[in-house]
Amino acid sequence: MKNLKKSSKDHLITYGILLLVYIVAEILIKTGNMSSLMQGILVPVCVYSLVAIGLNLCVGYLGELSLGHAGFMCVGAFCGAYTTKMLQGTINNEILLFTIALVVGVIMAALFGFLVGIPVLRLKGDYLAIVTLAFGEIIKNIINVLYIAKCSDGMKVAITDGGAIEVDEAIGEMWLVNGAKGINRIPHLSNFTIGMILIFVALFVVFHLVDSRSGRAIMAIRDNRIAAESVGINITKYKMMAFVISAAIAGAGGVLYAHNLSTLTATPTNFGYNMSIMILVFVVLGGMGSFRGSIIAATILTILPEGLRGLADYRMLIYSVLLISMMLFNWAPAAVNWKKKVMASINNKTSKKGQVE
Amino acid sequence: MAMLEVKNLGISFGGLRAVDEFNIKIEEGQLYGLIGPNGAGKTTVFNMLTGVYTPTDGSIVLDGQNITGKKTVEINKAGIARTFQNIRLFTEQTVIDNVKIGLHNEKQYSMLTGILRLPKYKKIEKEMDEKALELLKVFDLDGEADLLAKNLPYGKQRKLEIARALATNPKLLLLDEPAAGMNPNETEELMKTIRFVRDHFKMTVLLIEHDMKLVSGICEELTVLNFGQVLCQGKTMDVLSNPEVIKAYIGD
Amino acid sequence: MDFLSYLINGISLGSVYAIIALGYTMVYGIAKMLNFAHGDVIMVGCYIVFMMMGKAGVPPIVAILGAVVICTVLGMGIEKLAYKPLRRATSLAVLITAIGVSYFLQNSALLIFGADSKSFTSVVNLPNLQLAGGKLTISSTTLVTVIVCIVIMLALSFFIKKTKAGQAMLAVSEDKDAAMLMGINANATISLTFAIGSCLAAIAGALFCSAYPVLTPYTGSMPGIKAFTAAVFGGIGSIPGAFIGGILLGVIEIFAKAYVSSQLSDAIVFAVLIIVLLVRPTGILGKKIHEKV
Repeated sequence: MKNLKKSSKDHLITYGILLLVYIVAEILIKTGNMSSLMQGILVPVCVYSLVAIGLNLCVGYLGELSLGHAGFMCVGAFCGAYTTKMLQGTINNEILLFTIALVVGVIMAALFGFLVGIPVLRLKGDYLAIVTLAFGEIIKNIINVLYIAKCSDGMKVAITDGGAIEVDEAIGEMWLVNGAKGINRIPHLSNFTIGMILIFVALFVVFHLVDSRSGRAIMAIRDNRIAAESVGINITKYKMMAFVISAAIAGAGGVLYAHNLSTLTATPTNFGYNMSIMILVFVVLGGMGSFRGSIIAATILTILPEGLRGLADYRMLIYSVLLISMMLFNWAPAAVNWKKKVMASINNKTSKKGQVE
Repeated sequence: MAMLEVKNLGISFGGLRAVDEFNIKIEEGQLYGLIGPNGAGKTTVFNMLTGVYTPTDGSIVLDGQNITGKKTVEINKAGIARTFQNIRLFTEQTVIDNVKIGLHNEKQYSMLTGILRLPKYKKIEKEMDEKALELLKVFDLDGEADLLAKNLPYGKQRKLEIARALATNPKLLLLDEPAAGMNPNETEELMKTIRFVRDHFKMTVLLIEHDMKLVSGICEELTVLNFGQVLCQGKTMDVLSNPEVIKAYIGD
Repeated sequence: MDFLSYLINGISLGSVYAIIALGYTMVYGIAKMLNFAHGDVIMVGCYIVFMMMGKAGVPPIVAILGAVVICTVLGMGIEKLAYKPLRRATSLAVLITAIGVSYFLQNSALLIFGADSKSFTSVVNLPNLQLAGGKLTISSTTLVTVIVCIVIMLALSFFIKKTKAGQAMLAVSEDKDAAMLMGINANATISLTFAIGSCLAAIAGALFCSAYPVLTPYTGSMPGIKAFTAAVFGGIGSIPGAFIGGILLGVIEIFAKAYVSSQLSDAIVFAVLIIVLLVRPTGILGKKIHEKV
């Protein structure tokens, strides 16, 4: 039998761990051994894991920093929830309803990824970070002044001027998007199982992408853009590919997020810059380029603060210190030399052991 | 018809004329050397030939096809591949993947084929692996195929860069100081490899080099560049015995 | 008259952006990094002025001087501790570190001063200027802001053109390695750049909070990001570019607030960034940079 490639083995381990976690969690829930606090946190963990997987593709493999993944999540969330609200009466099958919302949310997030990518991905340098940050703010701003209502005489849309639309719920009219009040009464379609399935699908996509011709081209651009061009790789195309897929996965996270709430609003805490930074922390701590690490970091860092409420005030401060220390540990000459020394001494020890045996 | 014909090539950066009136004609299968003192504009010529810089004037014709002003990617597709003075490998990827990236345009399948692992994926990946290993064997790198490129010793990194360039199936190979940083034994071996590449792949090679032993050992014709202008051109022995050239190199 | 007063407000806000943008543009030009924490140094400056004036009761000018000194030291400290070890690191690592520093400053301020907003008293204590028989009022804060901005611009241009340290900055921004070979101490030059940038941030902070007197730990981040937009708009790395970009962006923001929607003004400002990058990525006064191969 042919040996499995090392990467394929690694993928199987990740799938295995996830499956195990899923089974254990389900058993705990079914036997009544999981607190309601923990149960409530399962879907958010899946949401953050998804967005972190998406961002890791962008940061770890494309080598570009996006500070707008909360924005793509926001696009996914609102487009998904909007679709569900529109189709709620027509489609009664919950799975089908969620699937359609998911497809719409993912496609819209991908589309926005593409639009944001056009001005930025041609440029060199740190522009992607600042433009994605700007995009996140723009999206949040626009959603907060957007009013859409389903009225008896058709759909009505207004920007900033929500008072111009009159909605009489007694005769079956309803707000689909109500400005800063967002989308309300969203059916609760998300659950842990759906979240886990989405993570599996996302992993399937990114693992296979990275380990293919396209993935190698994406990493080639990261490692050396000029050399990548010199061997005929279309830089813009592959940057765009990675960025759009990354945005689409964040969008899927958004759809899952939206259907876990009854009221969806765009605030600085859920879709703002802070959220983008938090996801970045998951990616950096989990290891840039390691999707498994992203999921583990997202899980631990979501559960820990819930368990240790006292830490909540210091949470962001600790994150910031962690970010800085991780970078210094990886790159500062002193840390690099220290790591080399440690590695050398470990190698010495193992080789000595080998001689004894 | 010549493989490469460059006429009156020139470029200015701001007010500075970096290369002026550069002409060169290389026949198919030739081993051609571009030499000159530091800062003479040799790498700038390479950068214009490969579309990294857009020339201000002049024309570049490769095998009958005008490639002046085209982008790097198009020029590579048209048939020019290169190596770099300061090695530019995909350091975080394996040796074999570096060569497979070179095969990017020759062996294609779509993103979806890759993600869904359609049968075509397996077939083409297998072809890529075979072709890449074949190339690595030429450079005696097949033993290190699964090593990360950054962990290769210096001399082997230079060879890997040549292997990667060849993977793009070029008509013309540009080597920017291939022997830089090599010891005499390694240089000797490199000369054999370059000759082998030319014979085995029927390749036309243009190289920049400072090592006079290598230049006189393998180049059939030379162009000497000094202060951005052609100082002298012709058969290697004639050029190297030209008093002007000796003066430019050794000084007064 | 409305139009004129909006224009004047826009120029005033733009002057603040310009002062902040100078800090971004100089650091970007010389250290080749986007110093995300620059906006938060502004916030620190504001708190220092606020504490010194409010709690210690010192005169505004002393409070500003205090803020300038502390911010300068802070800026140099950040550079030395967080950025300097990363000179040879990828730009991604530097950017993530800068974001970490920005977050660290914000959350430290949050723990020290609390999340509630402080109302800031203007550092300018002069009568307002009445024009056209009282129809047009220009606040003294506005006047001082614009004047300070112009003075800083001129002084900085003079410094770069005429002093040895300024010439060293130019050299390092052109080619760091070559500058070092010529005997320029690149580390000292980069440190000086951070010092100047942070000193300007303190001044900008005091002026910004005088015009918009609400102070929270997040006060600096928005003007910081907008000022970076201004720097890109004017052409990153260019000092006059930062000035022009800042003024234009301030005017655009105030006009957007007045004539479109106050809720959408930020979106419009950021849309400017995206359009500039689409149409003229080098900005108004930016130069095309040749990459070394």
